Formats: sequence, structure tokens, C-alpha cells
Amino acid sequence: MAEYLNLFTTVQVVGPAHRGVPLPGRDSPRTGRKPALWHLAGRLGNAQLGPIYLGPLGIASLVFGMLSINIMGLNMLASVDWNPIQFVRQFFWLSLDPPSPGYGLTLAPLNDGGWWQIAGLFLTTSILLWWARMYTRARALGMGTHVAWSFAAAIWLFLVLGLIRPVLMGTWSEAVPFGIFSHLDWTAAFSLRYGNLFYNPFHALSIAFLYGATLLFAMHGATILAVSRFGGEREIEQITDRGTASERAALFWRWTMGFNATMESIHRWAWWFAVLCPLVGGIGILLTGTVVDNWYLWAVKHGVAPPYPAVFGDMVDPSTLQGVKP
Amino acid sequence: MSNTRRFAALAGVLGLVLALSACERPPVDSVQRGYRGTGMVQVYNPRTVEAQIPVNQPLAAAPAAADAGPRARDVFKNVQVLGDLSVGAFTRHMVAVTAWVSPVEGCAYCHNVEEMSDDSKYTKVVARRMLQMTQDINANWQTHVGNASVAGAGVTCYTCHRGQNIPSQVWTKGVPQDKRSDFIGNLNQSNAPAKSVAYASLPNDPFSAYLANKGSAGAIKVGAQTALPTGHVASIQATEATYGLMMHMSDSLGVNCTYCHNTRNFGAWDQSTPQRTTAWHGLRMVGSLNEGYLDPLANVFPAYRKGPLGDVAKVNCATCHQGAFKPLYGAAMAKDYPELLKPVAAVLPAAAPASDPLRAVLFFDVGSPALKGDQLPSLARVIESLKGAPTTQAVISGYHSAAGTLAQNQELAKKRAFAVRDALAAGGVAPTRVVLEKPQQTEANVSGEDPNARRVEVTVR
Repeated sequence: MAEYLNLFTTVQVVGPAHRGVPLPGRDSPRTGRKPALWHLAGRLGNAQLGPIYLGPLGIASLVFGMLSINIMGLNMLASVDWNPIQFVRQFFWLSLDPPSPGYGLTLAPLNDGGWWQIAGLFLTTSILLWWARMYTRARALGMGTHVAWSFAAAIWLFLVLGLIRPVLMGTWSEAVPFGIFSHLDWTAAFSLRYGNLFYNPFHALSIAFLYGATLLFAMHGATILAVSRFGGEREIEQITDRGTASERAALFWRWTMGFNATMESIHRWAWWFAVLCPLVGGIGILLTGTVVDNWYLWAVKHGVAPPYPAVFGDMVDPSTLQGVKP
Repeated sequence: MSNTRRFAALAGVLGLVLALSACERPPVDSVQRGYRGTGMVQVYNPRTVEAQIPVNQPLAAAPAAADAGPRARDVFKNVQVLGDLSVGAFTRHMVAVTAWVSPVEGCAYCHNVEEMSDDSKYTKVVARRMLQMTQDINANWQTHVGNASVAGAGVTCYTCHRGQNIPSQVWTKGVPQDKRSDFIGNLNQSNAPAKSVAYASLPNDPFSAYLANKGSAGAIKVGAQTALPTGHVASIQATEATYGLMMHMSDSLGVNCTYCHNTRNFGAWDQSTPQRTTAWHGLRMVGSLNEGYLDPLANVFPAYRKGPLGDVAKVNCATCHQGAFKPLYGAAMAKDYPELLKPVAAVLPAAAPASDPLRAVLFFDVGSPALKGDQLPSLARVIESLKGAPTTQAVISGYHSAAGTLAQNQELAKKRAFAVRDALAAGGVAPTRVVLEKPQQTEANVSGEDPNARRVEVTVR
């Protein structure tokens, strides 16, 4: 009997490749005639690759996505004088920045943020098209649309950062640059400018949901692997026909923490934690600068940030003192 | 199974390589500085600190010379600084300066040894000005360098020079990115691994923005001062520029952010350390020295000593600190040279822009064409020069920043130039003697709120 005790699937069941359910007439045919079986892929997931369904939405999304990535990449390449070696060496530093503050919400010259605006528009288009594809593919299979809505939560955060908040602030310069280090520097500068994001309660909630989601994922994954010797990986069947795997898993958690989620509700827990992470995070970003200018001072005002003893004595801003030189 | 083990080993080795290349190896020392639990901790890598120790050793002073006999200015010719020293003390000082600045080249680095009073070598002119600068620092910037006649460290030539002709860490303006047709590939003066900001991708010329002039350090403050929005304007780009300067400071002093700040709110003074006040004065000192002493030497330095854009090498935090929290670990070298502690006796020479009667630089507020009252004295000097020489003309040129829409900026620059023209007319200068030049765009500035870009220059020709 094969057991799921390893990082990798040790035994692979190889049978006739599954070509999927018949599609309604208005859908385009799937890409790829014969699905491939790849043993290495089977070690991590399913050995069957394809068939993939692209359709008009998928193709449009890929076109806009590729245009956007190309604009970013070519801007980065041009900034190192089209030198491919320097492009690789400095890749983590290179960036396509949003317009300078002076341009407000107008269209900026191409080389001072205009390319960023175009790349951002294309990237947003591509992502929204991909979302629509997720939704319609789920409907085509007769599934629920949970995946599309969790993707929408991530898109919400993306739109807040790059579109909604900059528009509310009245300048594209508030948006995030496209670049590895530059977007990390943006994050740090954003927190510095608005008085430490860690005092933003929605940021705190977002972190709680982030860590919560990983904790739930670890607990659930471990539980299922631990009872797979009793057939526990057949989760869907265990929801309606609770077998010994399910009973043992439930008993384990009741023994160790007095409470257990069910085979069905654990997925609800995990889904909501994951979705709430970008959802509340986006709210926190949206309020920054628009409603609250300094989160630390906000936290002091509301008794969240504790005062500490002034170990360095009375420190005052020298620029507020009369007669200080200069 | 053996495949799995091989894969795990490979992943482990890769992880180890990554960890070693990206991080400094342990152990490091950490020293608590603030209240417990606030993370106010200094982290020192003992190996880095050890490497800095030899660089930051002071030189021993020669025994003091007797203050008797005739004064140096009466014995030697062309003595414009330190002339009130005795001949013995003057000679002792010259010997010390040689050891500090040109131990290899000796006296001949600055002096024409045939005729010591000769000013033909540019180095002698620069050295004289640098002596005045040192006196100015010790007398007027004790908020940063301490009072050397009591217990503070003060500064000498050696604080920066360390036995080298040119201090090892100076800055000049960088060559702006060649944007060719200006169509694609703008680096935005950042996004490149630059030493000036400790290899972050932050705006990499914080010096031109914040350390070039006496007044430019004011723009460093970016954090919001109130909980709710009350009209404080500071862009993310401006914040990144300040961040870049802070990286330079941290790197120059070999300290963390927490040396000055409680990082839970960088802007809050009430939780900062006393070092932040010292640094606050230091930033203003550096701007003042660059504007008052180094920039005006542009005509003295030969071209090969200047930067690619023809500006003089200037000072920043690293010039003196060179990796130490205090230059030379705070060794009190200056107290053995009391002549360096006296306030500058002579009036600053005409080369300093602030007192140049033939040129005025007038700064304006954001978006405002109105001439500010504090700018009037320098304009008054120009008016006097114009009245004294009736054949001269006043040339007015307005500057604006590269940020924002060009048409708006040019319009504003024009209005500002008109305001200056009207002020000249009010001062009795005939409009026929005033020439208006087309508004000029300064180099693209990092913050978009560069106070130096908002200026009108008046030159008497």
C-alpha cells in the first residue's frame, strides 16, 4: 500500500490521460492534441501536463501581459545602455519608476513615467482578463468560483497600490515602481513617510491573516498526510462519509487543543484567512496618506503605542529652538 | 531514495552559498543603547571594526613652541592666516600641516621653495582657505565638533586628510545619465548599485540635493508631523532621497539607524538620541562648508582636481568620519593647536557667493513668484554695485526644476524674473539696464521639491 510519508509522491499511478469534460459549442477547442505524462512533474503533483485551455480571454491576457513585461524589460535594458551583461548584473537594482510628483495625474512624458503608465495599464488589463478567464473556466466546469474570488482579493491590493490610492492622492508618483529592489525601497519609504506602517491596524490584521493562513495550511497539510495511511487524503469523501481517518484526525486535535475543524470547514477557515490577508491589507494602504498621515502618532492618540521612559533626557527638534545656529 | 538525498544535499549547499554571499558572517556584537525592548541596539561586526582601527589613529603632537619673540606676519612675507603666532609656533604649525596633508611631498607641495611667500601654487591658496575653514569649524560649529578648548575633539587638517593630499572620501557631482534621445531607459538618478547610498537602489546623489548649500538640509524632513493629514507635502520620491542620505550617514559612521533614531517613528525627536542633534548640526555644517569654502575655490583648483562636471571636490559625512562614529574615535588632536580654535579673524573673501556684490541668487517658495524679504539684502548689494558702475547691466536668469509641466514652470520662472526686475526698478535701476534671459531648467532633481531649483540669479556685467 502506497503511503504519503515523503516530501515527494513515491508511487505514481499511470493510466490513460484524461482529456477533460466535453466543452459547450461556443468554447474554443483545447490547445494540444495529446496530453503528456511527465514523471518528474508527477513527483510534485500530477504527471499529466495539458491539455491547456487558452481561449480569447487567455490569449488577450497573455498579449497584454507580455507587452507590459516587455516595456518594463526594455526600459531596464535601455537604462544600462542595452548591455545584456550589465542587465543581468544589475537586474535587481533596475526599475521602471512612476512619474515624478510634479505631473500629478496627467500623462507624463514617456521617459519620465509615461512608460510606467502604459506598462501599468497593460498589466492591469492582463490581470483583469486573466481573472475573467478564471471565472468563466470555473463556470464551464460547473464549479464554484472560489478561486476567482480569492484571486480578486489579490487584485484588490494590486489596484489599491497602483491605481485607487494614487488617484485619491492626486499623483501617480505615490504608486509602486516596477523593479526588485526599487519596490522594496518604495515599501520602506512608504512606511517612513507615513509614520511606520506597523501601527496601521489593518496592516496588523493583514499580518495576522498571513501568518494565520500559513499556520492553518501547515496544520491541515500535516493532518491529512498523517492520516493518509487510513485513506485520509480522500478528503471530499470523508466530508460526507466520515471514516476512521477523519475520526482519528478530529480526535487528535480535540486531544491536543480541545477543538477541531471538520473535513469541510477547515477549507473555509484557510480560504477566508488567505483572502482576508490582501483584503484588509488593501484597506490599510488605502487609508494611508488619504485618511491618516502618521500611523505612529495616530496610535499614540488612540493609546495603542506605549510611551517609554525618556532615557536620553529631554530631546527637542533643534529647528524649533530660537537662536540655534544656524 | 538516494536521488532524494542528493536533491536535498544540493538544495542545502545552494542555500548555504546564498546565506554566505548575502550576509555578514556571525558572530557580531550588539550593544543596547536605549530603553529595553525598544530595539535601540547597535550592531558591530568586530572584523569590520578591527579593519577601521588603523585608519582612525591620531598623530602625536610636537611639543608646544614658546609664544615669545616677533610675530610671524612681521617676519615672513604674505602671511594672511596665523600671522599673530610667534615664529616658533608658526613654524611648528607648518611642520604639522606637512605631516597631516603632504608627508611625502613636504613643503614643496604648497610652497615655491625658492620663495616661500609666493602664491603661485594653487595648493597654497587652497591650504590657506582650508586653515580658515578649520578655524571656522572649531569656533562656530562646536554644536557638531565640540569645544576643543574644553574637552571636545574639534578638527584639524588631519581629521579629513589623514596624511593624504586629498581626503580619501570626497564627492563631486556625478555625470548625469546619458539618456540619448530621452525616449526610454530613465534611471531616475537611482536604480543602480551606488556606493554613495551603500548599494541600495535609492536616489544616489543625496549630496547635491542636501549637502551642497547651507539651506538645503531643511528639505531632509519628510515624515508627517501630525496623525491626520494637515497639508504636509512630501512625496515618496523625496522620502527615498532622504533615505539615501541616511544610508550614506549610517555607512560613513559605521552605525545603525538606531544610533540616532528610535525606529518606531524616525521623525520623533522626543525619542531620539543626543547624537541626532549632533548630526542635525553636522548636516548644516557640511552644507555651509561646501557653499562657503569649497565651491568658491572653483577658480583656484586646476581642472584635473575637479569632478567631471567641473565642480570642486566637496565634503560629506564620510570625509571626516571614515567609518567611525567620531573621526579618529574622538581623539582630541585640535587642543594641541590652539591657533586652529580661534574664530576666523579676517572677513570672508569676496569669492563667497553670499557676499559677492556682483551676483545675487534669490530663492523663492514653492509655486510662488513673490520675492521674499530675507532675499532683499543680497539684491541691495547688487543694486549698489549697479549704481556705482553706470555702464554695467544686470542680467536676470530664472531657473526652475525639471519636475512638473514645462509650460507652467517657465511661466513661473518668468514671473519670478519680473518680480526681481521690478525690485531692481524700485531700487532705482533703469529698466534699460536690465536684461532678461530665457528661463533655464536645472538638472532633473530627485525630489521634485528642490529648493535650489526655485531661484533667480542676477549678475552684473
